[in-house]
Amino acid sequence: MLVEGHPSRMAFSNLPDGEALPQAGAIIVSLSRFTKEREALLARAEPVGVRLETGESPEALGADVQRLELIVLHVPYLKDGRAFSWARLLRTRLGYQGELRVSGHVLRDQIAFYARVGVDSFELPQAVPAAEVEAARSEISHVYQPSVDGQVTIRELRARRAPRS
Amino acid sequence: MYRYDEFDAQLVRERAEQFRGQVARRLSGDLTEDEFKPLRLMNGLYLQLHSYMLRIAIPYGTLSARQVRKLAHIARVYDRGYGHFTTRQNLQLHWAQLPKVPDMLVELAEVEMHCMQTSGNCVRNITADHFAGAAADEIEDPRILSEIVRQWSTLHPEFSFLPRKFKIAVSGSAADRAAILVHDIGIQIVRNTHGEIGYRVTVGGGLGRSPFIGHEVGSFVAKTDILAFLEAVMRVYNESGRRDNIHKARIKILVHQIGPEEMRRRVEREFAEIRKSGTLELPEAEIARIAAYFAPPRFEELADESVELEAATRKNAGFADWLKTNVHAHKMPGYAIATVSLKRIGDTPGDCSSDQMDALADLMEEFGQAEIRVTHEQNLVLPHLRKRDLFALWQKLVPLGLASSNHGLVTDIICCPGLDYCDLANARSINIAQNIAQRFADLERQHNLGELKIKISGCINACGHHHVGHIGILGVDRKGVENYQILLGGSGAEDASLGEILGPGFDSEGIVDAVENVVGTYERLRQSGERFLDTYRRVGPTPFKDRLYAR
Repeated sequence: MLVEGHPSRMAFSNLPDGEALPQAGAIIVSLSRFTKEREALLARAEPVGVRLETGESPEALGADVQRLELIVLHVPYLKDGRAFSWARLLRTRLGYQGELRVSGHVLRDQIAFYARVGVDSFELPQAVPAAEVEAARSEISHVYQPSVDGQVTIRELRARRAPRS
Repeated sequence: MYRYDEFDAQLVRERAEQFRGQVARRLSGDLTEDEFKPLRLMNGLYLQLHSYMLRIAIPYGTLSARQVRKLAHIARVYDRGYGHFTTRQNLQLHWAQLPKVPDMLVELAEVEMHCMQTSGNCVRNITADHFAGAAADEIEDPRILSEIVRQWSTLHPEFSFLPRKFKIAVSGSAADRAAILVHDIGIQIVRNTHGEIGYRVTVGGGLGRSPFIGHEVGSFVAKTDILAFLEAVMRVYNESGRRDNIHKARIKILVHQIGPEEMRRRVEREFAEIRKSGTLELPEAEIARIAAYFAPPRFEELADESVELEAATRKNAGFADWLKTNVHAHKMPGYAIATVSLKRIGDTPGDCSSDQMDALADLMEEFGQAEIRVTHEQNLVLPHLRKRDLFALWQKLVPLGLASSNHGLVTDIICCPGLDYCDLANARSINIAQNIAQRFADLERQHNLGELKIKISGCINACGHHHVGHIGILGVDRKGVENYQILLGGSGAEDASLGEILGPGFDSEGIVDAVENVVGTYERLRQSGERFLDTYRRVGPTPFKDRLYAR
């Protein structure tokens, strides 16, 4: 199922390596395919997304991230936390503005963390009611660390409140 | 000490409720044990041999009397009336029941405590020098930075699913009482040639099955930059640390494989970028705000010598013994620091009963101690005592079984819970500690032997720090039989070194004789004023090997 922080701009379909490029439709390809067929993929009229395996740093995409509509970070196992850093890297150093999705073994309990590092859509292994997702994101009201989501930190809240005696 | 404001308080309450939801989903079957495991671990809950174990965070080992009483209460009501202080300055309750754990967390939240990140592959409880704020050689109280780092690392969105656990320790002095060089990150507060205070950061130390001493990655990190620097180290680790093999997943292995030079290069690159963004710059005002919580208590102006103390010392030999080992120099004249030993001969090292905790809370109030400290050597410390009160305090510690005069001596043994509790263990360790302590029970001999640190682990994960024991003991399983190896020459202090395995192991009875023989060899070879460690470093392993394995 797809849970979206903001509406997905388009329905993408996964294109397995080795399958011919379709004439039309938004597609998601692997990093290796993107690297090999970059010219042809970017020349298509319709959007392209790239799926990164957990061991693949988005730095491999370089400036091309600006031309992608979707990046999917695939998480094979919930304890593999590299995608948290990849998401952050995409949203900071690489300046990626498009849709950023995680897929694979993602728990409801990780949604808030992923949202904080810039992920805005989730492909979860099993259906989670929208209300649950909302609950998962608001269980902890305030945060200590600044992150790419721009949430006001506890330190900033302290500074805002009435002056201390 | 630090006090929660409304934001800190709300966070721990919400975290307790979040965990209540996770427990409910586990009990209803919505979560598999595989999925629940990383969630419960991030909240300090282990499943051990006989029961769940709840590990309660004691940030930088500092507790108020109110917190000590609450811990006594929780141990009494929800557990078996005692707790176990650990080498991470935490408290473990070994008989917790899963459905009750959320209520325990709510009780802890009432006294500004929690179990967040006492386990799991995240940044663990920040540890610091247990003499913080009292030691004469201190540049700055290490708990100020520790609290700043605690807040920054709490529920960090990017670093809650690291390749492996991550331990940070802070020392405010050149003398290292926090074992910073055997931590994933060690921070030493230093002063540069301009008189400014900053941080020397070492990375990649650790014990476990592959022990390493940390490498310097930042020689002088400015105070306002420290979070940016730590975040840079963490990011390099999260991206590049190994995830294919749990035994090679700590940052020490990454540093070892790419080399400290390359580690420095990668950290510098991240650091430069984070610093440019400015988001993690620590405002001076925030440092000052936190520092105010750790302002020293109002000390009286006292003469350094105490007539009462001298008189009591002359009259009472038992007290004089305690004074020699368990009382330490304080930065203020007329004051002293005292170690409350949790190593009474025959007891489990680090265990403390609810009744003892309550009594200690009373003594804290009676003797004007706003705080008590937990040491990584599994003892407690009363940090700001008037010298003239020491005798009265000692008299009250004696009937509580808390006045053993053995701090730093052969019976002040660090010991993990071992196979009596832990499902990772290969061998028991508590009984070995008890038997060695019994063998060396004679106090005169202990004092004569001087500083001698024995550290025992019941498996290769090294919770008992055996690599850095002057005498380290590692329990292994040899074809279903407990077997104990001896390592000599380790140190976790500023002169950090890793012990070397001496030779084949011993059975659970033989190990006590082996330790006796090692100690006897030292007694034979030592020169005047030499500690065990000094003698070992001078003569090397051969005489000890000859004594233990000669045919």
